[in-house]
Amino acid sequence: MLHEPAAKQGRDPASPYKTRLGVWMFLAYGLIYAGFVAINLLWPGAMEEVVAMGLNLAVLYGFGLIIVALILAVIYNAACMKEEKRLEGSAGGEG
Amino acid sequence: MDWMPVAIFVAFVGAVLGMSFFFARKAKSAAGYYAAGGNIHWSVNGIAFAGDYLSAASFLGICGMIATAGYDGFLYSIGYLAGWIVALFVVAEPMKRLGKYTFTDALDSKFNSKGIQLAAAISTLVVSIFYLIPQMVGAGVLVTPLLGLPHAVGVMMVGGIVIVIVSTAGMTSTTYVQFIKGGLLVVFSSIIVVALLVRGLSTEPDQGGSVPFYKYATIAATDQNGTLVLDDPTWQIAGTKDVAGTTFVKTLKDGKTTWFKKSVKDGHISLYECQYQAVAADGATVVNGAPATPENKLRQVGNLEAIEGKKGAEAATGSLGPFDFLAKIGSPDTVVKTWKSVKFDADGQKLTVFAPTYTPGNKVLKPGQKFKVEGTPIEKFDFISLMLALFLGTAALPHILIRYYTVATPAAARKSTIVAIAAIGFFYILTLFMGLGAMSSGVVNPMDNNMSAPLLARSFGTILFAIISAIAFATVLGTVSGLIVAASGAVAHDLMDRFMGMQLTDRKKVAAGKIAALVVGVVAIILGILFQGVNVTFLVGLAFAVAASANLPAILMLLFWKKTTAKGIVASILVGISVSIGIILFSPDMYELYGMARADAPIPFANPGLFSIPLSFLTLVVVSLMTQSGGNAGSNPGGHVE
Repeated sequence: MLHEPAAKQGRDPASPYKTRLGVWMFLAYGLIYAGFVAINLLWPGAMEEVVAMGLNLAVLYGFGLIIVALILAVIYNAACMKEEKRLEGSAGGEG
Repeated sequence: MDWMPVAIFVAFVGAVLGMSFFFARKAKSAAGYYAAGGNIHWSVNGIAFAGDYLSAASFLGICGMIATAGYDGFLYSIGYLAGWIVALFVVAEPMKRLGKYTFTDALDSKFNSKGIQLAAAISTLVVSIFYLIPQMVGAGVLVTPLLGLPHAVGVMMVGGIVIVIVSTAGMTSTTYVQFIKGGLLVVFSSIIVVALLVRGLSTEPDQGGSVPFYKYATIAATDQNGTLVLDDPTWQIAGTKDVAGTTFVKTLKDGKTTWFKKSVKDGHISLYECQYQAVAADGATVVNGAPATPENKLRQVGNLEAIEGKKGAEAATGSLGPFDFLAKIGSPDTVVKTWKSVKFDADGQKLTVFAPTYTPGNKVLKPGQKFKVEGTPIEKFDFISLMLALFLGTAALPHILIRYYTVATPAAARKSTIVAIAAIGFFYILTLFMGLGAMSSGVVNPMDNNMSAPLLARSFGTILFAIISAIAFATVLGTVSGLIVAASGAVAHDLMDRFMGMQLTDRKKVAAGKIAALVVGVVAIILGILFQGVNVTFLVGLAFAVAASANLPAILMLLFWKKTTAKGIVASILVGISVSIGIILFSPDMYELYGMARADAPIPFANPGLFSIPLSFLTLVVVSLMTQSGGNAGSNPGGHVE
């Protein structure tokens, strides 16, 4: 039987750019995440220090990891869309 | 029984089923059944992602773990959400570009290898079943307080309904069920958190006036020449029992037996009242000194003994802002009372004693209650292992990966992932409030913490409880549906059609998938009954470890390493599955489940990721390098790696 995607795909000239950007952003977030794990293991006492608004580092870092993930995701999408639009004329676009 | 909540619950589940039958008409083809025809809008798919992902583990398990272990439960929220970064930045678009219906399609897109088809299908089945267990356990715990039915009946209800859903409509109905459920879960969880903040904190929570606060006795005692003597002579000591370094004291008062936990601090001895359940050889059960009845059951627990050093009426805070709420619980002068169970035999009875533990707030709001980040190297290893598996597991879950095939383009896959991150991230922030709310509101079932969030909702009224329970039940239904679609796809598409080369027609492939769904559903029902009482997010954490070990190395290396071969992928998947499951089965946590001593477990840690994920990567690299001559190395299968 045929073995192609469920929905028809056009060629995506922005793909190399998006892959490179994705890998770099993944590494950046991975570092922040690793920092959280490292602080817990190496300086566990730091996690109970109150940093701001009466909240300790554990809570702020935890919330921060969630919020930073969303911010990076939005930035990534905006950058990808910009590149896709730029290359739209020279290759099959996609929605 | 209060019929209003039951009516709401039945109406909600009925609506879910109705929707399934409605969308059944759209799923005549294989593409419709397995991938919703690739026609779902990215925004709908994004919320459906959230619906898929916010399973029983997130709503029931995380809140339950936070309610009993504080911040350690929130570690799962952080890890589960962080995993979406891997999915978005590395996996989403290439997976969409490579696949057709299943994760196996994507892995096998370059090689057309029978080995990959078999190994990836096995992996999909194993991970799906691992993930199904906690969902079914969650279903069981939901129906008991709501409908008064036993755990096993709840599991069978979910299994039966899901088999009907999946065998009627496949991915289209699953997507819309997940969309509605995901949206409702976020909205009603927000309502619970707002209600919690408006009510504020107190040291004597009474569930909004519906359940009087029970004051547990504390008795001072002295040690007189090796004999324990109670200061209050109305209590009599009837025996003692030492269990794992803690002494439990059996007392009698007015002919009623009560167990206490002995604590020595600064030379002063205090006995803290416990709850207990005793089961005699003939099955007769006693709860807290009286025969077990629907009225006499274990009391719900969890409260603050002090809030910023204050107790009683002066400690009540009134309405709080979200940051104030967390700051007050996290204060070093706040004392959190949680409960831990201990099992032992005494007087020919099997006893489960629930003993109070007092922890300063600043220790509750940081990791360390469950995962000993300040403990031994093995305990630290376990913590890193968990965080690694949570981070890498999301992008390797088959039922999440197949959702990339329900949208039209790779860009739509990307956008739907971002919608999912927003919805899921917001929900996970809410879990910290719901978990701590349950911990401080006297609503935690000491036998099973999985129901903490719905029981917190009940403290605000039975209507909210019914709605939340119905949404949670639909959560289980939706997630189980998605998992069973993924598992049935592995059997019908990957194994029967591609691996065995049975050349099924579209219609026969859908029929085979439905039969596979029935079989997987029955297996899930049996396992859901066997794993009753285990925290569901703990179980899902293990499923993440298996997924990250078995699937992720293969996905990443296929995308980013040109020398990857089919044999390398097969070896990596098989090593990842067998090593991760082997470690889990011989870990202390599982030995406890088997009823054996934790110390007897041959493997000292529970989370396999830190060992099994690198091993799986290494296996892929070594085997690929050894099999280069086969000429089957991949070269930019996604067509995008420079």
